[in-house]
Amino acid sequence: MGAIGLTVIDWIIILIYFGFVIGIGFYLRKFTTSEEDFFLAGRKNSAWVAGLAFLSANLGALELLGMTGNTFKYGMYVAHFYWIGAVPAMLFLGIYMMPFYYSSKIKSIPGYLLLRFDEKTRILNGIAFAIMTLLVSGINLYAMALVLHTFLGWDWNVSMWISAITVAIYVGLSGLMSAIFTEIIQFFMIWFGLFLVSLMGIIEFGSLDQIMHRLPETMNTLWSTSGDPTKNGMFIHWSGLVLGLGFVLSFGYWTTDFLVVQRAFSAKDLRTARTAPLLASFFKMALPFLVILAGMIAIVLSSDPKSGFKLLQDGGQINYDSALPLLIKRYYPTGLVGLGVTALLAGFMAGQAGNISAFNTVWTYDIYKSILNKKATDAHLLKVGRIATIVGVIISLGTAYWAKSFPSIMDYMQAIFSWVNAPLFATMLLGMFVWWITPNGAFWGLIVGMSSSFLMWAGVKFNWFSESLITNSSVQSDMAANFWRAWWAWLICFSVTIIISLFTKKREKEELVGLVKGLTKEVKEGHIPFIKKPEFLALISLIVFIILNLLFW
Amino acid sequence: MKPIWYFVGLILSIMGIVIFLTGIYLLFYPPQIKTILSETHPNIWWGLIMIATGLILYYKNRHKLV
Repeated sequence: MGAIGLTVIDWIIILIYFGFVIGIGFYLRKFTTSEEDFFLAGRKNSAWVAGLAFLSANLGALELLGMTGNTFKYGMYVAHFYWIGAVPAMLFLGIYMMPFYYSSKIKSIPGYLLLRFDEKTRILNGIAFAIMTLLVSGINLYAMALVLHTFLGWDWNVSMWISAITVAIYVGLSGLMSAIFTEIIQFFMIWFGLFLVSLMGIIEFGSLDQIMHRLPETMNTLWSTSGDPTKNGMFIHWSGLVLGLGFVLSFGYWTTDFLVVQRAFSAKDLRTARTAPLLASFFKMALPFLVILAGMIAIVLSSDPKSGFKLLQDGGQINYDSALPLLIKRYYPTGLVGLGVTALLAGFMAGQAGNISAFNTVWTYDIYKSILNKKATDAHLLKVGRIATIVGVIISLGTAYWAKSFPSIMDYMQAIFSWVNAPLFATMLLGMFVWWITPNGAFWGLIVGMSSSFLMWAGVKFNWFSESLITNSSVQSDMAANFWRAWWAWLICFSVTIIISLFTKKREKEELVGLVKGLTKEVKEGHIPFIKKPEFLALISLIVFIILNLLFW
Repeated sequence: MKPIWYFVGLILSIMGIVIFLTGIYLLFYPPQIKTILSETHPNIWWGLIMIATGLILYYKNRHKLV
């Protein structure tokens, strides 16, 4: 495929977007006067704002391109990432975990670890998170330049520097507040910019049913072929899906990754903070109709030689990420191409801004204030946060150039998450629900959990042992390996934390009030009808989730 | 401070107008290389949907402050 040609109109659409996000950064600057404004967006957001930002922080363009491409590769099983791989965790966060996070007035997840356990556990997680965030931010930046270079023919350096400078300006000016504003604009850009691909596909084939019927059986079901790994596109057994993706990876990401949870912390009160992830769960469930459907349309088109649709090849290998840009090229006339490209750009930049705003908070509170300057004033911390934003963007650029020299680093993205997030979820779960878990148990459990996840990855990578030892299956896929590795890392961290806690000094129960369930008095909200409670919203979300799974069983 | 919905309304309206007007132009001056389903004029109806959504958000929030 030649590069997608942009006309003047397409450029106007792209420039309108850039003008808006930079303008919003300057507009919000005058409302960002305290460190709470900068790091927590003033804690005054509504459930809709916090909820959409919570969802959008995860909705990067890398995810959109990758998941559409993964659907081409694995079929409808990829929808599990949006349903079982997200919804139960979001509901659990809103109903059970948010009261502890929000009520303790922490500014970050490592901040909770300090209150619940001790300083060393906080610093360990703070440093691991900061490294992961900058690594992911840099890889995102590189991926963006790669996509723009491949599909639009743009220069690498220009793409990376312009987007990095834009992110540095608006996050540096008003921190989380402008990050959240642009994430919500990105949410609308993505729906308006990319949902039209699915609509046009439905128009071309006549109906959604027509598309589903043209797919092979291994590609058009969710669960019915999961009893035998050889019979589904992802080569995974349902137990791996449920334990690895549905439990560990999903809960590890959606309930403990500060990048997304920070958005819910920006809510104006506890009920709003609890409602944010619940509202987000509905939009998460709708995303397969954008991402997965586009991937399925690409499968159907490419299986029909008359359609003229064929994915790109890189060095003899299929470039799955090309599915979405090729569909844009197929269906979008001038003007709409600009909107589609803007949606991808917005996704890339919001993904980067999300990482940078999470990094500047963890750096400022959990590393700088915790280790380097314990007596820093609020005004000083605000200044440090702004400097950390600029430094974070510069390090991301360095990582992006590093990734450009070693492109295979992109394959390690999922692995990086399973090194940090999967064990952390075991620590958080035990910390919030079991009072006798000790600081030493948490610290060493986390160290052993993270190391074991890394060793499992390295063991397979360097052929120290067979992947089937981890996946318990004769057929393999990278996705199945990621799910199973996350499960084992979680289980190891969980077990080691419990065993060490049995033999080490426990904290007094009085010190854990407000941090552990069972020791904390539940906040009564007065008489509120059930239909206005977060629990009601969670119930509706659960029902929709069950219906969707049954519908596409 | 203006609510975020005000800005979302504004950007959707502006982009929608540009896309809609492009669709009208393409109606009278069709391009030589056509995209699939270009006969459905997606610029026009999608542009109108964007304008409608944008204007609703803009008007509902134009006087609000948060």
